[in-house]
Amino acid sequence: MDHDLAENIKIKIQIEDFDVSTETKILQYKKTGAIVNFIGVVRDHDERTSQLINSMTLEHYPGMTELEIEKIVLKSIQKWELTGVTVIHRIGKLLVSDQIVFVGVSSMHRQNAFDACNFIMDWLKTQAPFWKVEENNNQKKWVEFRQSDEDAIKKWKK
Amino acid sequence: MQIKYFSWIKEHIGKSEEEINLPHNVSTIEELMFYLENLNDKYKRAFEKKDLIKIAINKSYSSIDDKINNTDEIAFFPPVTGG
Repeated sequence: MDHDLAENIKIKIQIEDFDVSTETKILQYKKTGAIVNFIGVVRDHDERTSQLINSMTLEHYPGMTELEIEKIVLKSIQKWELTGVTVIHRIGKLLVSDQIVFVGVSSMHRQNAFDACNFIMDWLKTQAPFWKVEENNNQKKWVEFRQSDEDAIKKWKK
Repeated sequence: MQIKYFSWIKEHIGKSEEEINLPHNVSTIEELMFYLENLNDKYKRAFEKKDLIKIAINKSYSSIDDKINNTDEIAFFPPVTGG
């Protein structure tokens, strides 16, 4: 791996919120010509039942989460020419409209940044050991995995 | 051996981790699951939907027929739902 690039990779699992413009600026290196960010946020309802939710709590497998995300990011920098990658994933209790995840990718040209950001998110969805439980008053419901997430990674296996 | 449980598997069993001594007749993940689900009804319920359970050995995805030993850290969890 390019020494400079190794320094430009940031992976964080945290309770605290993140600031998108601060994170975007960090990804802007001298060789960078394009930055693509993905931000996942808490929607106000359960996707299957359409029932409204108040909050969700995210748990993860400390240690394995970081390893899995690192593997995905390493694959992305082998596949595309990139100048920086940041993955921040929050854990703990989150309210509707709170930010959950930030995936930011910078590269010299836009197509690599678009593709790598999509690739990282698709693999994170199916590999990184996080689990969401949705809360509505006193009820809680573990979010079920979606087949469409599993199908999304097929395009990267061709 | 350290065993960790996450999400609804943890809730069914009622604990997030435990230390067990690997019984001498248990040498694969499949045998460990069989051993655990016969401990009591909580484990039985947790391991009911086997096709939904993901396995990690020492924080790396593994499969049901993988070999295990007493120093491993094993984790059982449902399909992941982050992002």
